Amino acid sequence: MLRFIIPIGLFVALAVFLLIGLRRDKETLPSPLIGKPVPQFELPRVDDPSQKFSNRELAGKPYVVNIWGSWCVACREEHAALMQIAQRGEMPLVGLNWKDELPLAQRWLQALGNPYVVSAFDPEGNVGIDFGAYGAPETFLVDAHGIIVYKFVSPMTVEVWEREFLPRVKQGGVQGE
Amino acid sequence: MKALFAMMIAALLWMQLALAIDTAPAFADPAQQARYDRVIRELRCLQCRSETIADSNAPLAADLRRQVREMMAAGKSDQEIFQHMVDRYGDYVLYKPPLVARTLLLWGAPILLLLGGGAIAAFVIARKSHLPDTDPADPGLGAS
Repeated sequence: MLRFIIPIGLFVALAVFLLIGLRRDKETLPSPLIGKPVPQFELPRVDDPSQKFSNRELAGKPYVVNIWGSWCVACREEHAALMQIAQRGEMPLVGLNWKDELPLAQRWLQALGNPYVVSAFDPEGNVGIDFGAYGAPETFLVDAHGIIVYKFVSPMTVEVWEREFLPRVKQGGVQGE
Repeated sequence: MKALFAMMIAALLWMQLALAIDTAPAFADPAQQARYDRVIRELRCLQCRSETIADSNAPLAADLRRQVREMMAAGKSDQEIFQHMVDRYGDYVLYKPPLVARTLLLWGAPILLLLGGGAIAAFVIARKSHLPDTDPADPGLGAS
C-alpha cells in the first residue's frame, strides 16, 4: 500500500506547487516604494518645456502619477479610461512622460485628449527609474501625506480606479479636503 | 593545425567583443572598467527579467548602465550602487539574492535536497543489501 501512497502523494504535492506557480502573477513586481514618500522631481512641462513642474506643488493633496509614452501601446489602450477618470475630477492626474520625444508627446495629447493636469517630460528616464518603473503604463497613487499608497502596473480602467484607487484615499480621511 | 587553432581563438575573442552592448569602454582605467563590468553583471534588467543589464539591449538596461557609470564616476561604492537599485526595484534587481529570512529556503534548498536525496539513497541501498540474491545467473559479490 505504502508503495502507492508515496509516489501519488509526491505527484499531488508537485502538481499543487506547479498549479500555484501557473496562477501566480509573475509579471507584476512588488514595488518597494509602497508606503514610502513619493520621489520628488522637477522636470520641464510637456506643454511648455520652458516651464518646470515639480510635484512639490501638489503636496498636501492626494494625486495620481501615470507613467506614459507615445511609444507605449498599452498607454493608448488605457487612454480613454484616463480621460473618463480625469473628467470625474476626484484627483489630479500627473503624467510622467517617460523616455519620449517632445513633438510626439505633444501630438499624442492633441490627438487623443489630455487627461493630465500637467505632464512632466523625462527623456533620460531618471525620474522613471526613481519611481521603479520597468514598463509603461504604471500608475501610482500618492496620498495627502506624500506617501505612495498603491501602484498599478497595466492599462488603467475605470473599474480599477473605483476598486483600488478611490477607497485608498477615503481610508486616509483626506476625501473632501 | 596551429593556424587553425589561432583562428579559433581569434574567433572566440571576437565573439566576446560582439557580446559587449556598449561599443566603447565606459572607463579609461582598466580597474574601474573591470569593476563596472562586474557590477552590471549583478543587476537584473527589469524589462527582460532573465538578463543582466550587461547583456540586455532594452532601453531600461541602457539607462541603468548609465546610472551605474554616473554613480561610479561620482565615487559611490558598490554597496551604495546596489542599494540605489534595491530602493527602486526591490531585491529582485539583484542577480544574487541576499541571504535573509525570506530567502532562507532558496539558499538552503540545495543542502536540503542533498540531505533528502542522500537519506533516500541510504535507505534504499541499506534495504537492498539485506535482500537475498534472487538472480541465479548472477552470483553477485561475495559468491565465489
